[in-house]
Amino acid sequence: MTAVYRRELRSYFSSMIGYVFIAVVVFFIGIYFMANNLFYGDPRFSLTLTNVMVVFLVAIPVLTMKSMAEERRSRTDQLLLTAPVSLTAVVLGKYLAMVTVLAVPLALSCLCPLIIAANGEACLASDYATILAFFLMGCVFVAVGLFISALTESQIIAAVGTFAALLVLYLWDALMSFLPDALANVLGQFSFGSVLNNFAGYNVFDLGGLVLYVSLAGLFVFLTVQALHKRRWA
Amino acid sequence: MIEVRELVKRYGGRLAVDGLSFTVESGQVYGFLGPNGAGKSTTMNMMTGYLGPTAGEVLVDGHSVADEPEEAKRRIGYLPEQPPLYTEMTVDEYLEFAAALKKVPRADRARQVDRAVERTRLGEVRRRLIRNLSKGYRQRVGIAQALLGDPEIIILDEPTVGLDPKQIIEIRALIRALAAEHTVILSSHILAEVQAVCGQILIIHRGRMVASGAPAELERRLAGSQALDVVVKGEEAAGRALLSALPGVRSVESVPGAEPGTAGFRVEPRAGEDLREAVFRACAAAERPLLGLRSGGLTLEEIFLKLTDDEEAVTENGTSGGGPGGDGEIPAAEDAADGEEEEA
Repeated sequence: MTAVYRRELRSYFSSMIGYVFIAVVVFFIGIYFMANNLFYGDPRFSLTLTNVMVVFLVAIPVLTMKSMAEERRSRTDQLLLTAPVSLTAVVLGKYLAMVTVLAVPLALSCLCPLIIAANGEACLASDYATILAFFLMGCVFVAVGLFISALTESQIIAAVGTFAALLVLYLWDALMSFLPDALANVLGQFSFGSVLNNFAGYNVFDLGGLVLYVSLAGLFVFLTVQALHKRRWA
Repeated sequence: MIEVRELVKRYGGRLAVDGLSFTVESGQVYGFLGPNGAGKSTTMNMMTGYLGPTAGEVLVDGHSVADEPEEAKRRIGYLPEQPPLYTEMTVDEYLEFAAALKKVPRADRARQVDRAVERTRLGEVRRRLIRNLSKGYRQRVGIAQALLGDPEIIILDEPTVGLDPKQIIEIRALIRALAAEHTVILSSHILAEVQAVCGQILIIHRGRMVASGAPAELERRLAGSQALDVVVKGEEAAGRALLSALPGVRSVESVPGAEPGTAGFRVEPRAGEDLREAVFRACAAAERPLLGLRSGGLTLEEIFLKLTDDEEAVTENGTSGGGPGGDGEIPAAEDAADGEEEEA
């Protein structure tokens, strides 16, 4: 697993994708931070992050699109799948490499609440809890992207498919309002935005929400492994 | 040692591999021979665990590829048809990654990579990006990758396809060198190649094994008869009379195209007779110079074409039956081969 992890991480930084992803996310965090916190004077960095969620809808598909699709297209998956490592280890290595890239801009964003604190009163606990929730939400998005990338050979299809899936997750609450109440009540439990909103808007440490994030990320990594297995036996 | 038992792979309605069974003994070079689409790559992909078989199993040193994949895969180095190279890495980076992936202990990695580089003579390109290498070098990087982890068995899928003649000779020399320490299995649709490097040949057609054995043995077994091509000096009629008089000769046919002053014949012996010595002695006794004497049975090439063509013809007659029909037809060719074996 470590071999795959290290190779993936290196490939993100030897191609442009890793840098571009980090630059784009940091750039937009910076813009919202400047507008909301510095100019408008709102002391809550957590609110800024809820705005940045939209950026993930575009940036994460770009990060995840090549993870599995490219291996399949260039046939390098033959090396990975005939090596004495389990499929789970290969998938986890790739997933963790992407999560590491995702963690870089969020680690940088940890400075923002400190900047606010240096210039006035900050809600540090709420801000950092929101950064954690935001990071875990990104982990789910990455897992969804990884899974969709495992279904296709084309990076474009992987990116577009992931964008569509993430958009549905983003619009989840709005979509629920069109459903009958009984159904909406059940499916509404899986709302992504509301978990983040609990952290940012209500200063609630929503443990259930974090469990939802972690289990969804696990589910999609598991589905990725299954998708690869299925292809072997098809 | 690899044991393949009743391997079947079905893609949708199409049978790619249809009940293939064979055993690969240690210390030899095996050649998988078959026309394009015969199921060679699919079989190799199943042997290495890349694809799961629809039915049947593959045992590597007694470890099932399906049930104990890590134990089985550790013993195999695989070069797929298209070398699995990360083109954005340098040769060194790539081989170090492959060594780590194959769980070569950290302390041993540099040594193994050095050795693989040395054996595949990649020394001068070690620090170059794989993207910028020629096809011959890429192929060698792929072979170097297969050598890492010191596997007992090395499986090479069409290792010389798309290379220029010089590169082909180099790769063949490399394969022969590998055979000293590993069991090598390679696939090819080029007969000369298999003949040049392999000690054992498995001929596969339409997902089934149609013949197997050492090249010479295959020729002998499947040749059908031990016909001789004889060229003697002098007139045709005299030569014919001399040869026809030999005991054990069934027929003598003139072969046109001999040089002036000589005559060529194809001599068919009766079943089981070896006429070579008799022909030599008869010519010597008659003081008729013997200019050429060659076993005129089928060459491997002809056997290959015959085996694969026969079936084509048979299958065309019964294609309406679809998949199940194929089961009945292919053994017919095997029977024919067996029959000839008994005759010879």
